[in-house]
Amino acid sequence: MPERELTFAQAVREALAEEMRRDSRVCILGEDVAEAGTPFKVLSGLVEEFGAKRVVDTPISEAGFTGVAVGAAMTGMRPVVDIMFGDFITLTMDQMVNQAAKVHYMSGGHWKVPMVMRTTLGATRRSAAQHSQSLQAWFSHVPGLKVVLPSTPYDAKGLLKSAIRDENPVVFFEDKMMYKLKGPVPEDDYTIPLGVADVKREGDDITLVATSSMVQVALGAAELLEKEGISTEVVDPRTTWPLDEKTLIDSAKKTSRVIVLDEGYGRYGVTAELAAVIAEGAFYDLDAPVKRMGAMHVPIPFSPPLEDATVPTEQTVLEAARSMCGNQ
Amino acid sequence: MNPVTSNPEARESAAGKPATEKDRWLHAYRQMVSIRLFEEQVNDLYTRALMPGLAHLYSGEEAVAVGICEALRVDDYITSTHRGHGHCLAKGASPDRMFAELLGKETGYCRGKGGSMHIADPATGNLGANAIVGGSVGIATGAAFAAKNLGNDRVAVCFFGEGALGQGSLYEVMNLAQLWKLPVIYVCENNQYNEYTHFQETTAGTILGRAHAFGIETDIVDGQDVRAVNKIAGGLIKRARSGVGPAFLQCDTYRYSGHHVGDINREYYRSKQEEQAWKSDRDPIKVLGSWLIEQRHSDAASLEEIWYEVRKEMESAVKFAIEAPYPKVEEVDQHVYA
Ligand SMILES: Cc1ncc(C[n+]2csc(CCOP(=O)(O)OP(=O)(O)O)c2C)c(N)n1
Ligand SMILES: [Mg+2]
Repeated sequence: MPERELTFAQAVREALAEEMRRDSRVCILGEDVAEAGTPFKVLSGLVEEFGAKRVVDTPISEAGFTGVAVGAAMTGMRPVVDIMFGDFITLTMDQMVNQAAKVHYMSGGHWKVPMVMRTTLGATRRSAAQHSQSLQAWFSHVPGLKVVLPSTPYDAKGLLKSAIRDENPVVFFEDKMMYKLKGPVPEDDYTIPLGVADVKREGDDITLVATSSMVQVALGAAELLEKEGISTEVVDPRTTWPLDEKTLIDSAKKTSRVIVLDEGYGRYGVTAELAAVIAEGAFYDLDAPVKRMGAMHVPIPFSPPLEDATVPTEQTVLEAARSMCGNQ
Repeated sequence: MNPVTSNPEARESAAGKPATEKDRWLHAYRQMVSIRLFEEQVNDLYTRALMPGLAHLYSGEEAVAVGICEALRVDDYITSTHRGHGHCLAKGASPDRMFAELLGKETGYCRGKGGSMHIADPATGNLGANAIVGGSVGIATGAAFAAKNLGNDRVAVCFFGEGALGQGSLYEVMNLAQLWKLPVIYVCENNQYNEYTHFQETTAGTILGRAHAFGIETDIVDGQDVRAVNKIAGGLIKRARSGVGPAFLQCDTYRYSGHHVGDINREYYRSKQEEQAWKSDRDPIKVLGSWLIEQRHSDAASLEEIWYEVRKEMESAVKFAIEAPYPKVEEVDQHVYA
């Protein structure tokens, strides 16, 4: 039997639907999540099955409804909040960083906050500086939060189900450009544990560690490198916290060369942390300093030729990998 | 396009005598037609896949931006929204550089860096459109704070959709504005919908009640009647300029198209009949046109001529933008810091 294929968006929706059927405490809160099914149509059909009490349209009050989710999570529900564009997480920061992330610790383990925030990342949609950022580093920095960055429909479904079942606040980033990407997704009730990296492609000469939107870029670059005789391994950490350090370090030791890719701003970002972990863990096996590639340190411009220059592409990764391997 | 035409007082001083009532309203008519036809071109550019990204059209709401901006001086400030083309034009921006911005070209107002949702123009006091709902309430209030402190008697107008009533920061700045008697006018463009949801499903209590709670002067006006908007706004602006304090104006209006250009199938959240009723019965351009004819300030043929001229102007503005070059890629990391 051929494997069933779903788009990334369908995989997210299926994970939510399955978890909502399984656990009546799971509910969704966000702007235009019900009839509209979000502007990206990711949630289409859920309000029809679960009703407006569990798929709740909110006013445009990100701080308010995120706070409501924190309180509801502490008192018996398992809310999933929808923050349409990742750029708007800034409005929820106090609720996530000073409240959700700290409640369990500050209360000496008495209260817990089993909630999920789903939001988006990614540039190149020509949406300009306030609708294009990839701010996963912000949450990854904060103890008490978990951060998930799925890169395939399969991972999206399995990781989201784990996130919803987790007893902690989890932030789940979806790449807007990936919603229509198709891939095999089993119909059964599988989960993928948070904190386990996945080797997306095996190779011997160089490792590309890539998150979310950058995994496809890395795989594309790996194809091109193969033609030049450079065997490339692609490793996807899948969660920035908890972080599967061992898989990253093992791959670095094996290939001895590493480029780390993440679509967040390159400076002080996810790539810096991953590169440091690898440098510390595999220093004596490395043939070159670990290289970081992320979004240019500029607000994302609107103009297409400018925007395209801000993010790593197959071509720029190819060139970086080539020069690291000493081919030109 | 003359960049200062939005400003009656500037026109008066330039001409050395006050513009006549007829001239004022014919100018307002032309401004509204400009916005309508600008947006028509934007929709066309989108449909022909010539415009990157999306755009939120202002068609149907013209009387709000024009009624208010016609009561402002050119050096007064505005802040605008994701649905900002109308505010920008009404404050005096030229369509050619706006289209260039929408296409991401070097000759655009922001050298292509901003796009449809971020047009800013210091020459006309436009502090910028904003893609964050409620994102400019602080900026507008801050401009009023500076105006008061610098003693330059400017006024700041903060345009926002009724969806921004959901944002808590609005309530923080309204409190500050009233405490400090700042010359800021909060203009709530109530076009009935927050994206795909009717505002009554997202808004408890009343809109004006919110500003009332801070003791702010409030008013409500038919946002399809440019003369009414202008009259009421004029009073509130004068009051703010003289130091009495902020005001909050609710303008009831309607957007004719989808939330953005790609929002085509929208019957699940509002009916075609509802859209048609606003268009046929309360169109702001028709309302002013009928009045101009009634008053014998104009006639059907002269109004038709305005449409014709503006259409030509928009066509050449689009041509200018299409032919303009993209910025050089080296510009990408310029302007990050001042
Ligand atoms: C803080 C924030 N949340 C959500 C959005 C997405 N969004 C863009 S426009 C919009 C609806 C705005 O409604 P309203 O303020 O009434 O303005 P209108 O579009 O009707 O002019 C939403 C939810 C946003 N841009 N910013
Ligand atoms: Mg609205």
